[in-house]
Amino acid sequence: MSDNMTRTATIAVLVENEAGILARVVGLFSGRGYNIESLTVAAVDEEKRLSRITVVTTGTDMVIEQIKAQLDRLVPVHRVSDLSQEGPHLVRELALIKVIGKGDHRVEALRLADAFRARVVDATTESFVFEMTGAGEKIDAFCTLMRPLGLAEISRTGAVAIARGTSHIAA
Amino acid sequence: MSAAITSSTATTDQRPGAEVVLRALKDQGVEVIFGYPGGAVLPIYDALFQQNAIRHILVRHEQAAVHAAEGYARSTGKVGVVLVTSGPGATNAVTGLVDALMDSIPVVCLTGQVPTHLIGNDAFQEADTTGITRPATKHNYLVKRSDDLAKTVHEAFYVARSGRPGPVVIDLPKDILIKPAPYVAAPTTEHRSYRPVTAPDPARIQEAVRLLKRSERPVIYTGGGVINAGPEASRLLAEFVHLTGMPCTNTLMGLGAFPASDPQFLGMLGMHGTYEANLAMHGCDVMLNVGARFDDRITGRLDAFSPNSKKIHADIDPSSINKNVEVQVPIIGDARQVLAALIECWKQDPTPVAKTEQLAWWKLIDEWREKKCLAYVQEGSIIKPQHAVRRLYELTRETGRDTFISTEVGQHQMWAAQYFGFEKPNRWMTSGGLGTMGYGLPAAMGVQIAHPDALCIDIAGEASILMNIQEMGTLAQYRLPVKVFILNNEYMGMVRQWQELLHGSRYSESYSEALPDFVKLADAFHAKGLRATSADQLDDVIKEMLAHPGPVIADICVAKDENCFPMIPSGAAHNEMIMGPDQEQNARSVTDEGKVLV
Repeated sequence: MSDNMTRTATIAVLVENEAGILARVVGLFSGRGYNIESLTVAAVDEEKRLSRITVVTTGTDMVIEQIKAQLDRLVPVHRVSDLSQEGPHLVRELALIKVIGKGDHRVEALRLADAFRARVVDATTESFVFEMTGAGEKIDAFCTLMRPLGLAEISRTGAVAIARGTSHIAA
Repeated sequence: MSAAITSSTATTDQRPGAEVVLRALKDQGVEVIFGYPGGAVLPIYDALFQQNAIRHILVRHEQAAVHAAEGYARSTGKVGVVLVTSGPGATNAVTGLVDALMDSIPVVCLTGQVPTHLIGNDAFQEADTTGITRPATKHNYLVKRSDDLAKTVHEAFYVARSGRPGPVVIDLPKDILIKPAPYVAAPTTEHRSYRPVTAPDPARIQEAVRLLKRSERPVIYTGGGVINAGPEASRLLAEFVHLTGMPCTNTLMGLGAFPASDPQFLGMLGMHGTYEANLAMHGCDVMLNVGARFDDRITGRLDAFSPNSKKIHADIDPSSINKNVEVQVPIIGDARQVLAALIECWKQDPTPVAKTEQLAWWKLIDEWREKKCLAYVQEGSIIKPQHAVRRLYELTRETGRDTFISTEVGQHQMWAAQYFGFEKPNRWMTSGGLGTMGYGLPAAMGVQIAHPDALCIDIAGEASILMNIQEMGTLAQYRLPVKVFILNNEYMGMVRQWQELLHGSRYSESYSEALPDFVKLADAFHAKGLRATSADQLDDVIKEMLAHPGPVIADICVAKDENCFPMIPSGAAHNEMIMGPDQEQNARSVTDEGKVLV
């Protein structure tokens, strides 16, 4: 085990859908000094009262194993799954990106959006709001290109992830 | 007809929330709760008044209620129960909750809360108790629906005592305590999400046994997990240690799990552990850790900790494994089940034991023992604190009474751990992880409630004792014959020691200025006050203290500048231990990197 090599881990956590669960997870990360690169949460099963948290974090193998063990011992946590270790998986993020500009900039923004498969979901004579879904790097790349073209505002969801194939996480 | 009966039973079963809470406590086997009333919990106090099943002990400060519950829990193996009001009642309890969290003590703490419709309004005595106690507890609950009330109390007890035990808070809004609520019995089904693994993996057990059998220099190191697993775990530990013939050392939290008088016992390990225990840890080739967590007081400098050993770590909490120290054989399970499995496997596994090498290892250990690292010289009239604890131990043993020791935090705590021998588990209560001054007196109180006929002694320092001195009032009210044995050196001794060794003897704010007269203080609290100022008075004072049927404060005026040795200075390795005053210069060479460690 290399002691100082850090890696990025995408961890899915299936939890009880109850008050305070997000605070518990966030408090765990801040209290123990772990990194959060992205964290998303939403209810996924109303009937069984389950929510799913996807957290992207970085650390050494030892730290990431700690994070998983610490998450797993929270009382309302059903399952902790390190998607980045357990095989091929998909990571997606959704972003809404507002670009304000006129003339050639507008044309160029629209052309690039098309190349990136970003959809126009709002438009005025001076602005666009693009919606795009993809891996974080793709969104990063698009935003970089938009910057000189009048990038005004970005809203991103953070990563959600799921394993490829038949393997799945259940309570 | 049957439907009508069911519905009428359901309505008659609806009782005020406060009564439902007490019924759930009773069904959980609760006999005693430690608490302090206030506005938000008045309904529970009213319900308490009208029943006799549960006894309430009125403390003088909410922090003490939690420590008392901890003492009760640690000395009985049961869950300790606390009842405090909202706002300041809850915030005062926080130190005790964190103490219980760090030392894995099962406690259920009921806190009052403002009524649900006022939550978030900054109402009188409102505090965000679940927010504040989230990182201070194993888990916490805010009950917002009467239907959830009984179920939540049952679940809280399950969580507090299962897996790695810990404190659980149930925040109870006042309207929930007044409104009728249904009672439900404790569930017989598994918890939805919290199901800790207790049975060890047999493959790992076998791997561990083979490693231990082939080991030439083995050591067994155990902690509070063995105590928490119940007295049977301690019995199995002794059986395993005797079966294998291996040396055994205990952490501060684990003292009593293995008999101190056993020839295979190396004493406590760690920062103020014995020379033989620490060198055995440093030099071993296989280490078996059961129920301890490689805490920084144990390991010293991590990169120099037991550098040449293969490590086996059995713990109920997977997050304790590979947290600080990388181990080769992780075993997840309850200490009792792990030890039982190890014994079984040891007897059956045909791997030959490296007997000759282990004999040589014992010879080396015996050489280390010859150093007599805990030796001290008591001469002249000034009482050495080590001597005071040693005499207390010997004279206590002569009484033949079942004896429970609690401590505060500091030098006296380490001397108690070094010089008082524990033969059985659950007899030693000390604040290990959090290091809470003010722990010992209320903890001893909780122990005495659980064991009315036992001898309960708080070995204290003159500074620590003042942090919860108000509990002398509780001792008086309930006629609890707790003995407070103060090693009075007029300094916050451990602070003074570190200042001497690491900060150029600049004794910044560590002198206990303007101390009370502890004899008069005892008198004011309806207790007996005794004092020993010279060595020839020591035995008489101890004997008088032990013979007195009520609470006592014994003010033992000891040497003011005594340091606690052996000591592994911060940032040092086990083999860089300071043995006594003549090696103190070793501590003075501690680097800044070492100094940043506490």
